[in-house]
Amino acid sequence: MKMAPPNLVNEPDGELPRRRCSRYRRRILEISQSVAALHIAPAFSCTEVVDTVYNELMKWKEDGSPLDVFIMSKGHGCMIQYVILEERGILERTDLETYCKPDGRLGAHPDYGTPGIAAATGSLGHGMGMAVGMAYAEKLQKNSSKIYLVLSDGECQEGSTWEAAMMAGNLKVDNLTAFVDYNDFSGLDRMSESHPAFHPLVDKFRSFGWDAVEVDGHSQLDILSGAQRPHSARPLAVICKTVKGKGVSYMENVPIWHYRSPNPEEYAIAMQQLQDE
Amino acid sequence: MRNRFAEVFYSLGCADPRMCIVVADISPAGSIARFRQEFPDRFINTGVAEQVMIGMCAGMALRGLRPFAYTIATFTLYRPFEFVRDDLCYQNLPVTIVGIGGGVTYSTLGATHHAQEDIGIATALPNMSVLAPCDPDEVEAATRWCAQQKSGPVYLRLGKAGEPILTKGADPWQYGKIRYLQRGSDVCILSYGSIMKIAREVASRCEALGKTVSLASVHTVKPLDVASVVDALQRHSNVVVIEETGPVGSLGNSVKALAWEAGARCHIVAFGLKDAFIHCYGNHDELLSAHGLSVDAIMNRLSL
Repeated sequence: MKMAPPNLVNEPDGELPRRRCSRYRRRILEISQSVAALHIAPAFSCTEVVDTVYNELMKWKEDGSPLDVFIMSKGHGCMIQYVILEERGILERTDLETYCKPDGRLGAHPDYGTPGIAAATGSLGHGMGMAVGMAYAEKLQKNSSKIYLVLSDGECQEGSTWEAAMMAGNLKVDNLTAFVDYNDFSGLDRMSESHPAFHPLVDKFRSFGWDAVEVDGHSQLDILSGAQRPHSARPLAVICKTVKGKGVSYMENVPIWHYRSPNPEEYAIAMQQLQDE
Repeated sequence: MRNRFAEVFYSLGCADPRMCIVVADISPAGSIARFRQEFPDRFINTGVAEQVMIGMCAGMALRGLRPFAYTIATFTLYRPFEFVRDDLCYQNLPVTIVGIGGGVTYSTLGATHHAQEDIGIATALPNMSVLAPCDPDEVEAATRWCAQQKSGPVYLRLGKAGEPILTKGADPWQYGKIRYLQRGSDVCILSYGSIMKIAREVASRCEALGKTVSLASVHTVKPLDVASVVDALQRHSNVVVIEETGPVGSLGNSVKALAWEAGARCHIVAFGLKDAFIHCYGNHDELLSAHGLSVDAIMNRLSL
């Protein structure tokens, strides 16, 4: 079925969002030069997804705080969240500069209590349960806030993700949208090879009472089309086909970049590639 | 205990629309069933799925509700342990985890249903408060406190049903404070939870031997009322701890450590469950007895 074109609130032609994501990736690389290791590839994988949620989907109050809720269930991808929160003025520049430093307040996983962080994550398989509780609470209290959740495909191997997904279907929390960063890599293996029964993901969500759609996870237009799909009385899963390490040629689909900082030469190449985009 | 919890939860829940109960496929007792009928949106059954029971409670608390998770004690703590730790304790959320059948209450169901190390596990968690009322009146006081507190997660350890009232005329219940049910000067018995009925009998037997006996409910196992424990150690020549939990993380071990630090000169004997799975399928008292927790066995070990 051909869907109606989505309403891209900020940047209708898609050029500025692309530049925005290049900027976010470069900022993450900058930070990588002050720490021995950080999760670059998992953040680059979901850069367009998180960008779309923050800059296109979420509603904001006049004071700059969000009306909706964002949970980074794949907590190790939080660098992209940090740089967007920095751009929005919710985190300070000094926060990013003291990332993983003893005098800083940002660690390698999001921490509840940090400005802009709605839930502590890091251990995989926790975000879905909390998101279902939040979505149910919003409905119970007759609030209109939406809950946006970003999961890794690897954490869809956790039983707890499916316990909670089943409850989301039972409770019909249609104010919950889950994006799966479907890059086909868990920490160790390419999942399509190591765990072929993991697929298909869209059908699994549908059979658990969700509406589900697969999109190109590096196209904001496509992500937005999926997220704006009507899904009355069902939660919505947007399965985003992505490339781990997207944007830097030598990082794409290379497992070592799950958790590593580039050396100065690698850094220069990566910055050049992202400059050219 | 279960019924009193249900009655109190019902009355508080009628008045406070933030109160919710999230169960994992356990039949709601008494007034909880009534709560379900009258407020179906605030009674959530996750089915046989304890991880989402805890995860949902965290999410609900993060959005302003006051959820209680409720099921058999082993399934509130052991199955979803990392969710209790990360979602509730790490984020320090005001969620009450109600564990029914703490200790070896479900004696005939085997060790899969025995929360015989729940105190050690729950007290090991940062930010977690652990409340173990000894009778229905303490259940009521503890439940009221849980419903209004904002400080963090609580493990509320209950027995089952039919426990006698043991605290009539005692000092008022206060979170974090030892509560004397009676005061004497020779022996001080510290206990908590439904095994208090054995502690009460031990007190009577000691009195029959001519001793004056203090009996205190340590209903708040964490945070422990350290000052009052030290005071008890200094005021009595014999201190006896009686609890229904294994040795690791037990009150008995804490009391001994405090005695050492305080330089207390009293004699201390601690009674608890053995660090063992016992394949005995008798009633609750019979299983306690197999663990060495009977009035006679305790009296035999006390040299008064």
